[in-house]
Amino acid sequence: MALHKSEYKGLLGWIDSRMPTLMSEYKKHMSEYYAPKNFNFWYFFGSFALVVLVIQIVTGIFLVMHYKPDARYAFESVEYIMREVPGGWFIRYMHSTGASFFFIVVYLHMFRGLLYGSYRKPRELVWIFGCLIFLCLMGEAFFGYLLPWGQMSYWGAQVIVNLFSAIPLIGPDLSVWIRGDYVVSDATLNRFFAFHVIAIPLVLLGLVVAHILALHDVGSNNPDGIEIKDRKGLDGKPLDGIPFHPYYTVHDIFGLAIFLMVFFAVVFLAPEMGGYFLEWNNFIPADPLVTPPHIAPVWYFTPFYSILRATTSDFMWVLAAGTAAYAALIYFALPRGRWRYATLAATLVVLVLMLPKSPLALDPKFWGVVLMGVSVLIFFALPWIDQSPVKSMRYRPGWHFWLLIGFVVDFLVLGYLGTQPPAPTLTYIAQLGTLLYFAFFFLMPWWSRAGECKPVPERVTFAAH
Amino acid sequence: MSTPTTAAEAADGERRTAVIATCVVGGAGAVAALVPFVSSFAPSERAKAAGAPVEVDLSSVAPGEMKTVEWRGKPVWILHRTPEMIDEVKNTAADRLADPNSERTAYPTPPYAKNTLRSIKPEYFIAVGICTHLGCSPVGPKAPNTDPALGPDAGFLCPCHGSTFDLAGRVFKNKPAPDNLEVPPHKYLSDAVVLIGDDSKA
Repeated sequence: MALHKSEYKGLLGWIDSRMPTLMSEYKKHMSEYYAPKNFNFWYFFGSFALVVLVIQIVTGIFLVMHYKPDARYAFESVEYIMREVPGGWFIRYMHSTGASFFFIVVYLHMFRGLLYGSYRKPRELVWIFGCLIFLCLMGEAFFGYLLPWGQMSYWGAQVIVNLFSAIPLIGPDLSVWIRGDYVVSDATLNRFFAFHVIAIPLVLLGLVVAHILALHDVGSNNPDGIEIKDRKGLDGKPLDGIPFHPYYTVHDIFGLAIFLMVFFAVVFLAPEMGGYFLEWNNFIPADPLVTPPHIAPVWYFTPFYSILRATTSDFMWVLAAGTAAYAALIYFALPRGRWRYATLAATLVVLVLMLPKSPLALDPKFWGVVLMGVSVLIFFALPWIDQSPVKSMRYRPGWHFWLLIGFVVDFLVLGYLGTQPPAPTLTYIAQLGTLLYFAFFFLMPWWSRAGECKPVPERVTFAAH
Repeated sequence: MSTPTTAAEAADGERRTAVIATCVVGGAGAVAALVPFVSSFAPSERAKAAGAPVEVDLSSVAPGEMKTVEWRGKPVWILHRTPEMIDEVKNTAADRLADPNSERTAYPTPPYAKNTLRSIKPEYFIAVGICTHLGCSPVGPKAPNTDPALGPDAGFLCPCHGSTFDLAGRVFKNKPAPDNLEVPPHKYLSDAVVLIGDDSKA
């Protein structure tokens, strides 16, 4: 068979004539991937996430060389890494700081999506892969947190695995199956280790590739929410696009330099971050007989954890009333016919299972788990529940933007409450926060359509600099 | 499906049937191959065997004090209740408790402990110190008015999600935990020795 006729010379030509994929993919994803030229600050975080992923994988590989996934030695081996392995403390602090930074970067990356409608058609799949990455990341963080085998590791795992026991009928057996024992034990540590170092990272890498491939097929969104592919020059290239390499690679390296300054400032000066990145109680070895007096998950899980804690039996009445009101809203939004009856029937079933006085009521504990699950999974629905005619907040009614900011504040308040010990007043605030959280998403099909949008320009807003 | 008109179409239909049959058999095989992997997650024989009953000498627990022993990897409390503590339990209004008579069945209370004090002997309260919500170990016993979550009541507080229990392990109403603390099977071998994990007669 004849060789592919290459446009390159020398070694590259030799490779290209045998494996043309290499250069054609390089062009497709780097030198001829046209990205909108009006990217702003918010567009750094995707690249940062990729860099943090690399930091986590590299530091993780080196930690595994010294760590022992055995309940008798795990805590000791982490201390050994910290005190006796040359440079071990540095590698471990990069890994533990990287975990928190991964979430900071991903939350900001997701906020960007909400701000500019990046999940809207045709980018639904990009968003879904992103949400799956977020789920994997949560799993990865949770499994990894057990490994140091400190008090928070142990009791955090105990609480989360017990979430599954809230599922009616199969729950208790399911949580035993997940732990591999009747309590969190050596068997649990070993399997969590396997998930943390191999199973989830493999899935995560696959999803990251899918996320980027899907993005490069439809093209990047931008702060104006305009499709740059709609306006192409005579050469067939988008008029408002520039090749990703070298423009955005250089641009991102500049941002990365600043990001890494912040990252290493934390690694060197405040790796524990006042007990938020590494919790104090995790410096005590796991003790199955004593729960520390105050336990809370690491900060990145606390908004969802607050929603779990807010679901008490009194609050079930409020939730049931909210469900009924929401069902009525859907009922009247639907045309007459079978979908209305289906809504009615589904609502009745849910209410019978929700209302505390009903004979078929499921425990608030179960509903707490359901609400927490929904609060994470609801992000998948964004491309469909956002019905605004315009993608970017720049051209949506001003109050849409402030609603989004209100949601962010609510998310932060829930996050703060999740770090605090339980108290009645704080529970009320968390319950209000939970209602607002769900109202933001569940009412989005209505509020996102309301109000007057500003005219969207034909070309992106960009001044050469 | 339309009736085949030519020999080629008939052969095609036959091949499709064969492909479907092969996929079904192959799929069943693939599912069967999952069995060892799924079952490897269940507790091992060693984990199942580690659950021997524990003997506790009660003379070492002074009135008002609590001792924690490990049974099946879980903390089991032996609280020596003082007469005031017993009154405290008896005086708790039933309508403030989620399940005052221990009637729920998620963690069935053994018949010999199905009373207000949830114990065989009034002074010794024996329970698994694991919250029925999500499995943290509550802290206590706390005296009345020493903890904001418990307020005027004496009892236990779960640090994770704020469930509170009285000194008989009965959960207060409107808290995340749905059930009273589990009372493990136990029996007295003599006045001062209790066996936790076994309540067989004989």
